[in-house]
Amino acid sequence: MSALSIVYAALFYAATTMLVVGVALKIRSYARTPAPLLIPTTPAPTTAGGVALRMTREVVLFESLFKSSKWTWIFGWLFHASLLLVLLRHVRYFQEPVWAPIVFIQFFGTYAGLTMVAGLAGLWARRFLVDRVRYISTPSDHLHLALLILIGFSGLTMRFVQHTDIVAVKAFMLGLMRLDIQPLPADPVLLVHLTLVATLMIVFPISKLLHAPGLFFSPSRNQIDNPRDARHQAAWAAALDK
Amino acid sequence: MATAKFETPALKPYPVIPLVAEGAMAHLKPFVASAAIQQNIGFPGELTEGWEQRALARMGELLGKYRSLRVYMDACVHCGACSDKCHYFLGTGDPKNMPVARQDLMRGVYRRYFTFAGKHFPKLVGATDLTREVFDDWYRYYHQCSECRRCSVFCPYGIDTAEVTMAAREIMDAAGLGQKYSNEIIGKVHRIGNNLGIPGPALEDTLLGLEEDTKDETGVDVRFPLDVQGAEVLLVTPSADFFSEPHVESLIGHAKVFHAAGVSWTLSAKASEAGNFGMFIGNYEQLRKIALRIREAALELGVKRIVVGECGHAWRVAYSFWNTLVGIGAGGKDPFAIELQNQLDGRYKQPMHICEFTHDLIQRGALKFDKEKNDGRIVTFHDSCNVARASRMGDLPGGQFTIPRDIIRAVANNFHDMAPGTIHEATFCCGGGGGLLTDDLLELRVKGALPRMEALKNVVDEHGVNFMATICAICKAQFSKVLPAYGFDMGMVGGVHQLVSKAIRLES
Repeated sequence: MSALSIVYAALFYAATTMLVVGVALKIRSYARTPAPLLIPTTPAPTTAGGVALRMTREVVLFESLFKSSKWTWIFGWLFHASLLLVLLRHVRYFQEPVWAPIVFIQFFGTYAGLTMVAGLAGLWARRFLVDRVRYISTPSDHLHLALLILIGFSGLTMRFVQHTDIVAVKAFMLGLMRLDIQPLPADPVLLVHLTLVATLMIVFPISKLLHAPGLFFSPSRNQIDNPRDARHQAAWAAALDK
Repeated sequence: MATAKFETPALKPYPVIPLVAEGAMAHLKPFVASAAIQQNIGFPGELTEGWEQRALARMGELLGKYRSLRVYMDACVHCGACSDKCHYFLGTGDPKNMPVARQDLMRGVYRRYFTFAGKHFPKLVGATDLTREVFDDWYRYYHQCSECRRCSVFCPYGIDTAEVTMAAREIMDAAGLGQKYSNEIIGKVHRIGNNLGIPGPALEDTLLGLEEDTKDETGVDVRFPLDVQGAEVLLVTPSADFFSEPHVESLIGHAKVFHAAGVSWTLSAKASEAGNFGMFIGNYEQLRKIALRIREAALELGVKRIVVGECGHAWRVAYSFWNTLVGIGAGGKDPFAIELQNQLDGRYKQPMHICEFTHDLIQRGALKFDKEKNDGRIVTFHDSCNVARASRMGDLPGGQFTIPRDIIRAVANNFHDMAPGTIHEATFCCGGGGGLLTDDLLELRVKGALPRMEALKNVVDEHGVNFMATICAICKAQFSKVLPAYGFDMGMVGGVHQLVSKAIRLES
């Protein structure tokens, strides 16, 4: 077993642990923090079903962003939808045999890699071209975009320019899942790609990428507009009535 | 007191997003509360030794008590969707008046003391130490936010800057840095019963005067009852309604509606104020304590219904928070809530907005109007932020938009809405809400009114609009002050029930 395989295996075990544990801890803290007052941004749904629908529109269509800025919406939605396809395409590296739906989307997933980078480029351009967005952009905002774009480029390079030994990569990934470390090809582009992906997994729970779980806990979006019909009280607030 | 001179922005025919002008409003901050004002409502008098620890301790406490704050501190991705949505940014160009930048003033401190990345890589993620300079920036820019929630409509995660501003003000108060205007008023409401400090006998006198005026105008004995035991309805209205123009015209309208409907009603000297500045400063205990006056007055007077007058943030507190805070509403299973539920009439919405009350009567054909009495007016309607984005009227989402407009159309022949994107959920704040209706912030108030004034100018030019109706005491006071700065007549603003008052047919 090469040292390289062992290093990358360790990296992915660590990154996966940090991603899963980190996000789980964050979700726990969001879920455990009470929301003492009803603050849905109105007009808001008056039923739980309505809230589920509102949340679905936010998650799938980015409804509020659409109201807000068409350019940001186009690039943002393009990036996220493409990322979803790309991630689904990659599922084939983690299962044998491969599910039919995953086989089906391989073609779309390939080109989604291109639209993903295009979306990211558009989002990044805004950080330079729009003076307001330039003002609020931090080094961390630029680094997140750089990280994602480099992941995209290195992936596209392996797909369209310089193929890597994907059979060996798949054996390595399947091996990781069975705690049986297999040799990883020493292809520089692949190693860059994997290192960046692991980095993204590690920073996820300590960065603005928390917007993904955060949306589901946002009281202005997930609360039902029914304050006159039900008494909504947090435990610490109810104690004041005593 | 004289504020420094400033230029009123020019009205443009279509909205223009200003270029970023760093520090454009850095000179402006409201008067700081004296030690006496602070201590009177239970806060430290000033920023003495150890204020940083007090501030951080309260911040940690709020992060544990409010999911909104905890999630909003983490979720922002700096996408910029909110960056051109705040009326104060549109009116001043100061980038710290962009909602995202305003939030970041707190987010920097949050990251530094409460997150892994900020503790170890502060520069990378924009984490900042809590210094006096940072706190002064908080004081400036968290008092250039009217908590209007317009940004939260457009944020892809619903991040509501109002929640952040409220938390920031609470943290500053806990450290010993408070705003004179809001905190002085909170002291007054506890001491006297209302924000304007009108004592009971003066209130009684004012109401008698209103009865005489209304008799002169209509020839009908319309009553303005105070502290009447066993009345059907307790009306809780902003204290400006008792003597400010144009507010009082709407109060007269309320009295006429009750008279025409034959519903007995009363005001309360103890609860002679619908406003609740506890919300503005983000302090739950004050919010609750101020709301408790209404509960106590309702219990003492034995009323069956509680109706709220024309006041934006008061309606938010009443509609969204009263049930939570003091059990005014339905569904409570605890003894505290049940005590009041047993007294109030469950067939009606509790609390009810005066517009819902009037609208119901109109729907049932119980009110008659001479609409042509309002023919001299070409009316538009300004949606008040707290009514539009933080409450509802009626049974359907959006009732807060349709019900007041339905009333206007029922009592007046000429109505034109302002442009989409400036009304309904996207309405612009008047520029004076959220505890900023004070002369030491006049420059901000004038500049922050710019987007509304531009939208108004368009309907004035196109349709000859000469009356902007609204249902908020702060909007009315703010517009009376800033309309002249933009070349409009201050008498252009008034209440929805001012129009009702003019057209309603009374029988003696």
